[in-house]
Amino acid sequence: MNDIQNLKTALDTAWILIMGLLVFFMNSGFAMLETGFCRTKNAVSMLSKNLIVFFISTLAFWSLGFALMFSVECIIPSFKNLFLLGEKSSYFPLDNFRLPLQAIFFFQVVFAGTTATIVSGAVAERIKFVSFLIFTFFLSCFIYPVIGHWILGRGFLYEMGVRDFAGSLMVHTVGGMAALAGVIILGPRVGKYNKDLSPNAILGHSIPMITLGGFILWLGWFGFNLGCTFGFSSELNSHIALCTNASAIMGGLGALFVSYMLLKKPDLSMVINGLLGGLVASTASCAYVSLISSNIIGFIAGCLVVISILIMDSIFHIDDPVGAISVHGIGGIWGAIALGLFSAPIQYDYPNVSYPKPGLFFGGGIEQLISQFIGVGCVILWTLVVSMVVWLILKYTIGVRVSQRAEVDGLDIAEHGMEAYPGFSGGGEGII
Amino acid sequence: MKMIIAIVRPNRLAAIKDALNEGGFSGITVIAVKGRGSQKGIVERYRGSEYKIDLLDKVEIKVVVDDDDLDKVINIITEAARTNELGDGKIFVLNVEQAIRIRTNEIGVAALGKK
Repeated sequence: MNDIQNLKTALDTAWILIMGLLVFFMNSGFAMLETGFCRTKNAVSMLSKNLIVFFISTLAFWSLGFALMFSVECIIPSFKNLFLLGEKSSYFPLDNFRLPLQAIFFFQVVFAGTTATIVSGAVAERIKFVSFLIFTFFLSCFIYPVIGHWILGRGFLYEMGVRDFAGSLMVHTVGGMAALAGVIILGPRVGKYNKDLSPNAILGHSIPMITLGGFILWLGWFGFNLGCTFGFSSELNSHIALCTNASAIMGGLGALFVSYMLLKKPDLSMVINGLLGGLVASTASCAYVSLISSNIIGFIAGCLVVISILIMDSIFHIDDPVGAISVHGIGGIWGAIALGLFSAPIQYDYPNVSYPKPGLFFGGGIEQLISQFIGVGCVILWTLVVSMVVWLILKYTIGVRVSQRAEVDGLDIAEHGMEAYPGFSGGGEGII
Repeated sequence: MKMIIAIVRPNRLAAIKDALNEGGFSGITVIAVKGRGSQKGIVERYRGSEYKIDLLDKVEIKVVVDDDDLDKVINIITEAARTNELGDGKIFVLNVEQAIRIRTNEIGVAALGKK
């Protein structure tokens, strides 16, 4: 009997590690997506941020973040838990999982990295490299783990009934709101808006790179959602895989639909944003809802993402070159609320998952929906306020924005002293 | 002698080259250019914002021919370049003072690339 239990733990551990590797690979997806959306003159800058952000967030989460997220005393974590030095039992919300602490940490640290890397796209092409890295450190060691503690670490939101399976709120809304705060402090790129505030198109330099990034993120997302069972359940994990994919494709179709309606053309970059929006929205609820509900959630997410990108650009003049605030912020908020609407009575019971009450459309009344709204409110408020404070401190100390000269010349030459495509940039279009 | 300067669509270049070759006119000079005509370019869209491409990619072909061949070559080029859509391009004809083949010092019509 003991042998069977050991074997089960080993398989569960293998599962979560492999899912963690998929989530890790999302870093390259973000790097490709965001670099494709920027201009050639900023490609080195974008790639550097996407790579180095993971160094910083790993250090920050290992040193302080993990202890903050999973210790009993939230704000002042017991010192023995820093740097992963505590016993597994001292990280109490994780104590009931049979997995080794290291496996859980690995899976959590790639999540923290994902949260941090969301910000880089929205603030692209104008932020100071060092300021971005410092912000990332605070995001991964403080802003994200506090929210994580509130929900996954069995904090007060968890107690109030807020559920967020794989992190629509914890990861994506946090990333999106931190990015929004950054964009508000930074302002738009030079030349993005005319004197009458009408937007100009600043073209991304590689649609193929954006598409590759979209596919990589889609693949990584299966790890994101399938690992959050903290173990392997044949039925539940299979169900999650289908729901994740359903939300993704319907998100892409939703964006395609809205793009045709409003823009008269199927803008591929919008379709990929919609696909990712569908995935973001599926994250909160993929373990709790039916397959049909997942399709609906994804479709609405895809529509919302495109509408949000257009409104932010043309009405609020929020310059987000990659659409990160809409995809992760708006998609995440919708995902959390959708859980309150669509969560079904428990179908595949798995002890490592804490289930919500049935949602509004499945006979549960508005109780879960209200919980979700409270969760959304708390997450937005905390992330926006604390991020804004960190960005403002950075603004009035070392500065957050590069000089106008550096922005016009491109961050690659100005900050990194190298080009992404030496010998290829400039006029030579070689059309013969 | 006349120089024919034809500004055409890049994707018609291969057809024009083949047609000239078949007609016996193998000597041509080609450069990539950008330009616009009466349509003043085209409007494209990116993430909801419109932007104008007011200089389009074109190819400029130069051919120097004997006066007797002028109408024939112009005919070959227009037939091969024509799509009947806006943006098919223009042809200009210039007088040429002299032509010299560098390798042999042949001058005039003898220096041209006609087979």
